[in-house]
Amino acid sequence: MSNHNGKESLQVKLEKNIFGMYLFMALSVSLAGIVQIVPLFTNPEAVKDEVTLADGSTQSLLWQRAEGQSLSDWKPGDGVRPNTPLEVAGRDIYQREGCFLCHSQMIRPFRDENERYGHFSLAVESKYDHPFQWGSKRTGPDLARLGGKYSDEWHILHLRHPQALVPESVMPKYRFLDDAMVDGDEIASHMSGLRKVGVPYTDADIASAADTVAGKTEMDAMVAYLQSLGNMIKFENGVTYRE
Amino acid sequence: MNLTEKYDLGVVKWFTIMSSVYLVVGTLLGVYIASELAFPYLNDLGTDLPYFQFGRLRPLHTNAVIFAFGGSALMAAAFYIVQRTNQTKLWSNKMAWFTFWSWNTVIVLAVVTLPLGLTQAKEYAELEWPIDILITLSWASYLYNFIMTIHIRDRNKVPHVYVANWFFMGMMVMVTYLHVVNNLSIPVDWFKSYSIFSGVQDAMIQWWWGHNAVGFFLTAGFLGIMYYFVPKQAQRPIYSYRLSVIHFWALMFGYVWLGAHHLQYTALPDWAGSLGATISLAMIIPSWGGALNGILTLSGAWDRLREDYILRFLIMSLAFYAMATFEGPVMAAKNVNALSHYTDWTVGHVHAGALGWNIMVAAGALYHMIEKIYNVRMNQKLLATHFWVHTIGTVTYIVAMWVSGIMQGLMWRAYDEYGTLAYTFAESVSAMHPYYVMRAAGGVLVFTGAVIMLINIVSTIRKSGSVQTANA
Repeated sequence: MSNHNGKESLQVKLEKNIFGMYLFMALSVSLAGIVQIVPLFTNPEAVKDEVTLADGSTQSLLWQRAEGQSLSDWKPGDGVRPNTPLEVAGRDIYQREGCFLCHSQMIRPFRDENERYGHFSLAVESKYDHPFQWGSKRTGPDLARLGGKYSDEWHILHLRHPQALVPESVMPKYRFLDDAMVDGDEIASHMSGLRKVGVPYTDADIASAADTVAGKTEMDAMVAYLQSLGNMIKFENGVTYRE
Repeated sequence: MNLTEKYDLGVVKWFTIMSSVYLVVGTLLGVYIASELAFPYLNDLGTDLPYFQFGRLRPLHTNAVIFAFGGSALMAAAFYIVQRTNQTKLWSNKMAWFTFWSWNTVIVLAVVTLPLGLTQAKEYAELEWPIDILITLSWASYLYNFIMTIHIRDRNKVPHVYVANWFFMGMMVMVTYLHVVNNLSIPVDWFKSYSIFSGVQDAMIQWWWGHNAVGFFLTAGFLGIMYYFVPKQAQRPIYSYRLSVIHFWALMFGYVWLGAHHLQYTALPDWAGSLGATISLAMIIPSWGGALNGILTLSGAWDRLREDYILRFLIMSLAFYAMATFEGPVMAAKNVNALSHYTDWTVGHVHAGALGWNIMVAAGALYHMIEKIYNVRMNQKLLATHFWVHTIGTVTYIVAMWVSGIMQGLMWRAYDEYGTLAYTFAESVSAMHPYYVMRAAGGVLVFTGAVIMLINIVSTIRKSGSVQTANA
């Protein structure tokens, strides 16, 4: 096909030249990724880690860790911190068992979600999550602010036999977590892997990891991880956390 | 000269057969995990073993259907179409066999590693890094062989590259980008790695991949199938060349933006989600243009639908394609998404596409290729049975998920007269039970259809073998 003036259109040229077409395709499919993804890395607002308090002062949402402090010096509400070794082990299990396929960790800013789950999630809260675990489906409830809602004992009973506590539940039983021990050296190596991708662990964190998880079962790890979810930031009234 | 001498069809045959085998496996897994939601004791099987639990088998189901069944169908069709439309043998038959063996190795590794819990924990990109590298090699060999086969065509006989090839190539280019970027990670050992991205950036990159696995793997690639097999089976040229040009470039440019609509109202900046939603809405136009382009190809030959079941598969698939590409933009609209997100409506939408569009158009293509390659006719009774069983199963499935998904969303946000939440989460779970049963029943029908298809293909091939020996 050609245009009325007898010249070949670009489309016709591309149809005859497969490498030219390849080039045009490669360019046209790249555009969206560049526009949507690159700003998330370059614009600090995408992962806002500071808020202005009512008195006009700014507060960091990240844990301001002093020189020499260990992960156990963190107190709830101090700000977003890296997971402890036991929580890292728990998070690995969370991923291994595919928990994210049925549980989200991302509360949307709606009234019902606020009442059911808690304050809406902030980007900074998953800053150290490699990969993110927001999920896409709620076969079970959202877990973004699960930490502190139930006792450790409740979690253990529930993981062993969910239907014993929630008869309607369709969740599988995780009794086997009781029988498996956490491998300390493995967790230390996972933490150095996480440090390589940007999680701020110190040498001391990694060196002490094996001792911290010694004698712990996978059940302990799982419960520690679940109890850590969502209580790192202390939310205050009258503060704008998201524009 | 018959077809098998003129072209390299051995690899096409085997991809075709494996594709129908994997469809049986993938739908069986689907039925099993769907039944686990209806009857949770199936997670245990009387043991304390984790291997059959939902969380471990669900990635295997999605990988089996998308990459094993879908991938094999795409590879069979691409290697067939590129030879027929460019009137040349493959650039390298050997390389095509490398693609076959490496792709099947990936599938075997998935079957082993996923139930063991070895996963990157990113949806549809669960396979760990060594397997990802093998996928990259397999995919690169597929892409390179495909382009070189087009390149070596006789330009006097075939000056223009046919539209089906563009769609395949677009898919190959984009999936390469997506796969490589989304899987960038730091390994800590052979079976464990951590994504180099985190939080909001990882979410955006994951759904850029996630939606375009649908947009390119399951749409652009399968449209390549459609643009060749619909005109062939209907024995008429495609309705409009211009429409296919528009359809193609709009898809190449537009689809890539949609990933962000999976993250509306999350911690992703609002502009990105809105941008994704807006372009999603605009995508109705090229999608429906493409669907009409396929359906209207039948203009003047509608009567052929009465006796040709292969054509029925192809045309029905386009009806589902049109439906799913209408539903998608609706669900991307912000106020609908607020309700539909996190519910089973999303699962229903995906299956409207996967069962209605992908399986049907692939079934049409696989049946067509078997008939051509072996120079036989499929068993018509089995074809008809497959068509009806599959159609009824698909409709049962998606209706169950529509009704229950919307119900779920409404229950979660319902308030009673005192201004408190009307339902606990557990109440919404128990309300799902009948629909989970209904969905599993729909799945059983689809699985039955897949078994009928495999039986038909295998027995037709065996029959053709005996005919050939008799002639010799």
